Amino acid sequence: MTTAADSLVRVRSMKFGFGPKVIYDGIDLDIVRGKITAILGPSGTGKTTLLRLIGGQWKPDAGSIEFDGINVHQQSRKQLFELRKRMGLLFQTGALLTDLSVFENVAFPLREHTTFPESMIRDLVLMKLEAVGLRGAAKLYPSEISGGMNRRVALARAIALEPDMIMYDEPFTGQDPISMGVLIRLIQGLNRSLNLTSVIVTHDVEDVMKIADYVYVLSGGKVLDHGSPAEVQQSKSALVRQFLNGEADGPVSFHYKAARSYADDLMAGRE
Amino acid sequence: MNFFSPLTDGLRGLGRATLFLFTILAGIPEALLRPRLIFQQIYSVGVLSLIIIVVSGSFIGMVLALQGYRTLVNFGAASSLGVLVALSIVRELGPVITALLFAGRAGSALAAEIGLMKATDQLSGMEMMAVDPIKRVIAPRFIAGLIAMPLLASIFSMMAIGVAGGHAIGVELLGVDDGSYWSQINQAMHGADIRDMLIKATVFGLAISWIAVYQGYHAAPTSEGVSRATTSTVVVSSLAILALDFVLTAFMFH
Repeated sequence: MTTAADSLVRVRSMKFGFGPKVIYDGIDLDIVRGKITAILGPSGTGKTTLLRLIGGQWKPDAGSIEFDGINVHQQSRKQLFELRKRMGLLFQTGALLTDLSVFENVAFPLREHTTFPESMIRDLVLMKLEAVGLRGAAKLYPSEISGGMNRRVALARAIALEPDMIMYDEPFTGQDPISMGVLIRLIQGLNRSLNLTSVIVTHDVEDVMKIADYVYVLSGGKVLDHGSPAEVQQSKSALVRQFLNGEADGPVSFHYKAARSYADDLMAGRE
Repeated sequence: MNFFSPLTDGLRGLGRATLFLFTILAGIPEALLRPRLIFQQIYSVGVLSLIIIVVSGSFIGMVLALQGYRTLVNFGAASSLGVLVALSIVRELGPVITALLFAGRAGSALAAEIGLMKATDQLSGMEMMAVDPIKRVIAPRFIAGLIAMPLLASIFSMMAIGVAGGHAIGVELLGVDDGSYWSQINQAMHGADIRDMLIKATVFGLAISWIAVYQGYHAAPTSEGVSRATTSTVVVSSLAILALDFVLTAFMFH
């Protein structure tokens, strides 16, 4: 287990649910500073929910989430906003502001939170765009660039304020092999060069295993297993192995649970 | 189903909307520090609504002059045509029709824009960048609606009474005397009439902007949710305008 000083985010006995539906049933989780942590799990396990909980957009029903030793959910709105300047969240869609150009999107957090002169903002934005390889697209609008490029712009925007941590929500979904490769290289490169801590939530096992330093596998509101990619791949849990190897049947059934048997359901139509 | 549930649901919605209004009002001082954002919104809800307001104002004025003339001429009172047009427009039709058009043109666009921003995580993204969407997105749009409505209602009234509306039909086409058209308006219309028109228009502007930003901000983040928010904005705004008009007129009537 990691020590308190090592981990940037500490989740302890955290419970969360939407009404009667339990999403997290008391999980413990540590995001270690300077490392890339992957959070894996089947769709619908609430991986995105976890990022929103860490970002303080939602509040856990029980337990605590600390960011750099500060309890995220015991802060005033103002303090929470200060905390959020230190973490970036990359949404699945990119969530770029569609009425602003690529340049203005990256400049947005700088204009909102700093009083830098225009020339400095321009330099900073161009540097961030260069880092994601999109300086040439500065004048385009989000609707004029591809989905993969949208995510890279969002990444440039997320690093504009030089945060301590970036959380990626399903960064590889719907990407062609080339832009997938570009994103993987970017995440790894930025983590190293900017001394970031990265959290990647995904179900793309194969790709994330290449760059992750530490892996958590979540399912059914619990942490099934955690460890280095090599350790997790040797997991004793049948469910973890089924998930990592992508088998259709195993502990997680191919069939969604039905109220009555197949035969009964077919016969019922004849009455 | 509980017999009272539509009533309690309605009250709950009204309560939520009122709390939302307070949040917006609290965000206004900070929004005022950035007038550029407000001017942009005045352009998109106000300036871009000008065509529909100008055209509708002209037609309403023309129709009113035609109908009014037919009746007045039977009593030999055709020279009072100006008063008839001016008072009906300034006291009622100007603010009310402008508001109905504004709800359809600008209110629906506002609700759809905010709803889509929510559905595509733009509002969430802003929050995660430590930017309050109420201050950055909602408050400037709300203020813009409040400023644009009285201006649009004034332009509508000017078009209907003068330029291309009642004056064009009454004086140019039907031959009412130009001097008596204007002098009778001058005698019959008071500052209070214009003041009341501006009050009505501002109140309608507040209602429409409030309803539109509330519906957009609380839309379900799906295409159906956005479409429902847009429809509700137009329906609820229209009813609110007519109901508020009755209340305001009753107070101003004494």
